[in-house]
Amino acid sequence: MEFTSFLWLTFGVFVTLCTMSFLYKDNPFYKFAEHLVVGVSAGYFVIILWHQGLVPKLFERLEDGDWYYGFLNSSHWEYIIPAILGCLMWARFSKNYSWLSRWPMALYIGISAGLAIPLEMSNKVNKQLHAMMVEIDWANFFGHDGFNLLDVTSGFSQLLIMVGTISAIVYFFFSKEHTGVFGRVATFGIWILMIGFGASFGFTVMARISLFINRLQDTFDWGGVAFDSTNQHYSGMFPGVFWAFTLFVIGYVVYEIVTYLKQRSATTQ
Amino acid sequence: MELFERLMKLDRRWVFLLLIIVCVWAYASSFSVPILVMPEVQSIYDKVEGLPEGSVVLVAIDYDPNNLAELHPMTYALVEQCWRKKIKTIFTALSMNGPGMCVQAIRDITDSVSRDKEYNGVMYKGREVVNGVDYCFLGYKPYYAIVILGMGQAFNQPYPTDYYGTPLDEVPMMRGIINYDQVDLVVDISGGNITDAWISYGQGRFGFDLALGLTGVMTAQYYPYLGSGQVIGIMGGLLGAAQYEKLTDNPGRAKDGMRVQLPAHLVIILFIIMGNVGFFANKLRLRREGRA
Repeated sequence: MEFTSFLWLTFGVFVTLCTMSFLYKDNPFYKFAEHLVVGVSAGYFVIILWHQGLVPKLFERLEDGDWYYGFLNSSHWEYIIPAILGCLMWARFSKNYSWLSRWPMALYIGISAGLAIPLEMSNKVNKQLHAMMVEIDWANFFGHDGFNLLDVTSGFSQLLIMVGTISAIVYFFFSKEHTGVFGRVATFGIWILMIGFGASFGFTVMARISLFINRLQDTFDWGGVAFDSTNQHYSGMFPGVFWAFTLFVIGYVVYEIVTYLKQRSATTQ
Repeated sequence: MELFERLMKLDRRWVFLLLIIVCVWAYASSFSVPILVMPEVQSIYDKVEGLPEGSVVLVAIDYDPNNLAELHPMTYALVEQCWRKKIKTIFTALSMNGPGMCVQAIRDITDSVSRDKEYNGVMYKGREVVNGVDYCFLGYKPYYAIVILGMGQAFNQPYPTDYYGTPLDEVPMMRGIINYDQVDLVVDISGGNITDAWISYGQGRFGFDLALGLTGVMTAQYYPYLGSGQVIGIMGGLLGAAQYEKLTDNPGRAKDGMRVQLPAHLVIILFIIMGNVGFFANKLRLRREGRA
């Protein structure tokens, strides 16, 4: 690894620590990292949208026309219409002409709804309903490959899905008071929902820890590169940067601890 | 102050500190944890393994750097498996920062495939992976639903050129590949709701085989599609990635990270139990004292 790449790696570790410092308290380092991420993302998005969207989809289509004819002599002059509609979105900034922005919005929402409704209905409602309405496999109630209650094709799983779904729906039926048998079914429904939320929570914990693990891996890699003498570009600058950065971090942590202790003693006095 | 009351008022920063210490300790240690492969991950592996040489897999890199930790290992394991088996790959990136992720993955996997390696007892000779011959990267286009529908008509409709500016009709690999009909498997590796569009507008409309690689947060939400047969398999979070790495005998960052997950989860479970014990004990004490 070249020294410049190592410096970028060091910067990555720095930004990681800046971000994680928020777990202790809000501070200028965290603010720096936060603004950096937002700024870079926004800038990157604008450039990507320009080069992948506007240039190939609009400017290149109209390039055989002349600006003084308003590109109406272009072979793809019809692309002027969506361009004008796009420009009308900017009318929102004017108090008098903001109503013009409703035209492109109406077109956009209309097309989106037209595309979405039949496909969403078919794939998210009908197919899911169909998947629910399967015949329970009584012959293999406890699973196909030996005793396995959680085999998704086993009769037990199918029965549990059917009962669970109906119970969860009952919980959201508020036109009848949740008492008696109806109340017990609704209670079972909330248990089913809680098990679902629990599974989601478990996955979410795993996801958050995964992010931290990734930063750990990069930080350990950074430490490894700093002392990797087999690296063909290795020089004394690598461990120099490592130690300078490490001392800076330790110094800042010590400063925070001293400040905290001073504040604490001032409060007790 | 009573112990349980103190438990309830524990500064959350102690939890963070303990979690950090445990994670760093676990990562610095050399133990490993067994990875059990779930059927929904196995089915994706089996599908790719069953594809003959020259088949086409579309890999949708629909994630940003904030999901890289969980999803990059999936991409690396899956694409390397494809390229080792000489399966052609079409990449799309319908997420804003996806192209950067895709370019990085292509560069690293190309480098890995150039070396001889043994996977599951089979020796694969290193070879050069060529852009336009072994893979085609189509790049990013805004409005993913329209792009997914457009590719169902013809790939060159939403993508007249590939990411590098070569007209799609001139890309050797894309000759004869018009739309999803010529694609044997679509794998959406996603960190957002683009997956919904692949299910509704892609699989639902055009009927191709769809497999998902998802972040942990999303995984539970997409299991119903597995039960209904709309997707053939799901890799969920870092665990799914580790399972796929195990299946492809290509251990990477996911398998490496799983040994940290175990103690981290134990710490969180411990704090949940402590919090609940504190809550109920405090409630009981207040009831006894007649304050609640």
